[in-house]
Order: sequence, then C-alpha cells, then structure tokens
Amino acid sequence: MTSSRTVIVLKRFAQAIPTLFGVIVVTFLLTRALPGDPAAYFAGPAATPESIAQVRAALGLDQPLPAQFARYLQDLATGNLGQSISTGQTVLSDILTRLPASLELTLSALLLSLAIAMPLGILAATRQNTMVDHVCRAVVTAGVSLPVFFTGLALVYVFYYQLGVAPAPIGRLDFAYISPSPVTGFFVIDALLAGDGETASAALGQLVLPAVTLAIFTLAPLARMTRAAMLQVLASDFIRTARAAGLSRRKILLGSALRNALLPVVTTFGMVFSFALGANVLVEKVFAWPGIGSYAVEALVVSDYAAVQGFVLVMAILFVVINLLIDLSYTLIDPRVGFDG
Amino acid sequence: MDQAKDLMPMAVPALAPAPGGLLRHMLYVLRANPMTLLAFVLLALFLVAAVLGPLVVPHNPLATDAASALMPPSLQHWFGTDDLGRDVFSRVVVATRLDLVISVAAVALSFAGGAVLGSLAGFYGGWTDRIVSRVLDTVMAFPLFVLAMGIVAALGNSVGNIVLATAIVNLPFYARLSRTEVNIRREAGFVQAARLSGHSDLSILATQIFPNALPPMMVQISLNLGWAILNAAGLSFIGLGVRPPTPEWGIMVAEGARFIVSGEWWLALFPGAALMLAVFTFNMLGDGLRDIVDPRARS
Repeated sequence: MTSSRTVIVLKRFAQAIPTLFGVIVVTFLLTRALPGDPAAYFAGPAATPESIAQVRAALGLDQPLPAQFARYLQDLATGNLGQSISTGQTVLSDILTRLPASLELTLSALLLSLAIAMPLGILAATRQNTMVDHVCRAVVTAGVSLPVFFTGLALVYVFYYQLGVAPAPIGRLDFAYISPSPVTGFFVIDALLAGDGETASAALGQLVLPAVTLAIFTLAPLARMTRAAMLQVLASDFIRTARAAGLSRRKILLGSALRNALLPVVTTFGMVFSFALGANVLVEKVFAWPGIGSYAVEALVVSDYAAVQGFVLVMAILFVVINLLIDLSYTLIDPRVGFDG
Repeated sequence: MDQAKDLMPMAVPALAPAPGGLLRHMLYVLRANPMTLLAFVLLALFLVAAVLGPLVVPHNPLATDAASALMPPSLQHWFGTDDLGRDVFSRVVVATRLDLVISVAAVALSFAGGAVLGSLAGFYGGWTDRIVSRVLDTVMAFPLFVLAMGIVAALGNSVGNIVLATAIVNLPFYARLSRTEVNIRREAGFVQAARLSGHSDLSILATQIFPNALPPMMVQISLNLGWAILNAAGLSFIGLGVRPPTPEWGIMVAEGARFIVSGEWWLALFPGAALMLAVFTFNMLGDGLRDIVDPRARS
C-alpha cells in the first residue's frame, strides 16, 4: 500500500514537469512578443543605438529562436530573471524580498475565507431552502459580483475615514514602527517571535482590511462548492446507514459527511487560488501593500518589462506548485484517489 | 401545390407545442425566480445606456470645470463632480458602452476560438486533441489575471490588447465545454446517419453536432461576461488599456481611489457600483439561463 502511494505521488510530480515546461515556453514567447524591438525595451527609454545593440547581444536576441530559448532556460536555471530598470536590482532579488508580503496577505485571506465559507456552506446544506440557505446564496452571488478593488476602497472609507478604527492603507507597517527582523518574512509572526507585541498588533492591524477584502472575494466559490458537495454526500447511502445506526448528528456531519465533501472543495481550491493570486495584485495596489503584485503594477507603468515577466513567471510557478500540493493533499483526504484522470 | 396545402395545417400543430412549451417554461422560470426577471430588466437598462448614453447625459463627460471641482452629489450633479469638475453621472453612463463593448468583444472572441478548437479536439481526438488539450492546460496553469497582465504588457498597452488578453484567458473554458459536448456525440446515431447520407466531416461537425453544444455554451457566455467585465476593469484599474480622460468604470474607480482617504467617496463609489451592478446582472442572467436550459444543474 505504502509503495503504491509513493508511486502515485511520484507520478503526480512527473505530471507537473510538462506543465512547468509549458509555462516557461509561454513566458519566453511573451518576452519575444514585445511590440517593436525587445532589445530597445530592455535597454530602457534613454538608450542609444549602441547600448541597444549591446543589450541585443547581451540578451542573445541576434540568435535564432531555439538558441534564444536554450539561453533563456540556462538563465532560469541560474536564477537570472534579468535586471529591473526602475529599482536597479536584479528582478529575482526584488521578487524574493517582496514575496513574503504577498504570501502573508494571500494565505491569511484564504484561511479567513475558509473559516467562514465552510461553516456557511455546511449550514446552508443542512438547512436547504430555508432562510439561511437563501442568505447564503445571496451573499455568495454578491461576493462574486464585487470588484475586489472596489470592496477594498469601500472598507477603507468606512473603517478608516468614517469610523477611524483601521490604520491608513499605507502598506504592511506604519512608519512609526521598525520592521521585525525577518525569520518567516511574515511581519505578524516575526514580531511575535521577537516578543514585540506592539509591532505585532500594528502589523496585524494593517493586515486586517486587505485580508478581509481578499477573503470576501474568495468566499463565494468555496461556500458554493461546500454546499453542493455536502448536499450530494448527505443524500448518499452511507449517511442514511449512519443515521439508521444511531450515530449522533454532529458525528455524521463533521465526521463522515464533511470528510467526503472535502474532495470537491479542495478541487475548487485550485481555482480559488488562481483568482486570489490575480485579485492579490489589485488589493495590493489599493492598500499600497509592498508585495510582488504592486511591484508588477509599478513596473508596468514605467514599461519595466523584465520585472513584469519575472513576476508572471514566479506567479505561474507558484500556482503550479500550489496545484501540485492540492493534488497531493487528495491522497491524505481520500485514499481512493489515483491520478490517472 | 394542393398536396402541400393539405399538409400545412397538419405541420403547424405538430410544431407549435415546442416553442409554446419553451415560452411557458421560460415564464415559469421567470416567475419562480424573480431575480432572473430583475436581471433582464437591468440588462435592458444597461443596453439603453450603452446605445443612447452619450446622447442623453446632462453634461459633457470630458468637460472640465475648475470652479465646481470635487462637489458632492447634488441636484445639478447627481453623482457629484471629480477633481477636474467633470460630472460623474455623465461619465458613468457614457462609460457603459466602452465597458460592454470590451467584455462582449472579448467573450465573442473566446467563444469563437474556443468553439473551433474544442470542437476539432473533441471530434478528431488523437493528436489534435492532445495538442489542443496541452495548450489549454498551459493557459490554465497561469493565474488568469496575471497572464492577462503579462499578455497586455508584451503586446502593448491598448484597448484592443485588453480585449485580446481577456479573450485568451477565457478561451479554455469554452474550448473544454465544446470539446466534451462534441466528443460525447461523435458516434451518435444522427451523426452516423449524416455520414451515410454523404456529408463531410466538417459539415457534420458544424451543422449536426455543434448546435447541440450551444445551450450550455450560452450559459457559459452569460456567466463569463460578468467575469470579463471585472477582468477588463481590473486591468484598467492598474493602468492598462484605457487611458484618461476616457470614461471607463475601472479607471474612474482608480482615479477616485486617491480621494477615498480624504472622504470624497462619490468619485469611486458610483463607477464601482455601476461595475458591480453589471457583473451582478450577468451572473444572475447566467443562473437564470441555466435554469431555463438545464433545470437539473441548479445548485
């Protein structure tokens, strides 16, 4: 049994390789699809013909496409994503310094979203066609209709301008505080690790509004899927048997039913992550959150293409890894799953 | 001729129940779900605004007036004025056309591209299917909004490229749907009949099989339109595509965002609300259409 599980896991890892390759091909094509002369773009707006020619040779743009691709792969293998024109740093180091901010925001938003969506979905499924169910449906439909940047601005207006309970939307930490020394890169956790309660609560205060904004956006698909999956499971034979055997309602719901309903919910999680990573960009812009999303937006404005492409590639790789983890977690939740499909 | 006349009265009652039944079914669904009715009304409103908007708005959406900048909503300026003194109401109404055109064009492109690719993959299978599926998987391997950003950055910052980027990231949904719908009918009896009567593969695919895939694809279109509007508005919110001073909901929210922290809420609220209402309308419409087309899929 254990060995077949290992084979399944290894197989799934192998399946990620062509996807990763496809992602790299697309990003490569995007770098070559630049309007006009890519070398001119990478050389920056103040470039002279000589410096453009220099960049062209340096980037290998004077060589045939397959050779360029081989070179691109070589660069990626050594972590060379090019140089950002606007910051003067390498794109990789820029992204690595900013990635923890994005992850802190996205992960806390998704945890929050799960914590609300799952109970809401279960509640709606057990009380089908009652008020609770209708409220759930309305919330869910409204949630997907809200532009995420609009929700963010509305929350800022109400909680910062009107009520004054939230801090100004100026990033991860007010200027009055010093960033905690990085351990995990998550400010709240790092400050707690350093025993600095005040900084931790300040960082948490900054995090709440953007996380809630993102959570509202991802709530809808999760709640909808939980409800649908629970409804299907609750109507199945083994639940009827469990009921007949006299198991407590709680045990049936949370033990048997939820465990079986988790599989489709986890499947949706991949899609939710796709939305969340995209919405992340908009939320970061609204809250001046110094993550990789706002980095890419700033880079777009000044036509800093190496930075934008580095961002697209990192996001895509992140997403492939997340999907891999999600698929692997299937085996933990449901031992029946194979990966042949 | 006489014979045809004799047949006519018989043919009519034979056909009549189908459209009548559909109409009755639609009315039933609309009555059972008033939200769908509301969605149809809102859709009509948006269409009127898109067609007649520029003709009926009270102010020129581009006319600046420094004397009346940042005025809160009043009888003269229903939605207030922005930092350049432009009338927000006029700008919101005029923007409808551009926002709808962008999303409808994007969805039409993904529908056409997705239908062709998906049908070919579903009909021929084999290598065609493998290549198409692999390409679609690669597109889906990106977070979609991020890929759209990358495409616009690579192709150039213009409205046309916003449409193209939105179309490309949406294409896999249509392609997968039409692939499945075509694939399950590939060996159906009516297909074999058509083949025996001498139709070519492509003509069978286009006239016999594909029409069967249309109902679920229509539902997908409606659900997708809302997402396409959000996507396009999101792109212009971060400064891609539409340029100021063109009125467009996403860029208007972005411009108004600067004034939220100082309390001038009307700049961002009204375009944001219009955007929300449009997305809500299309989502409701999609749910309603699904109930009409496939009542069992309701969840």
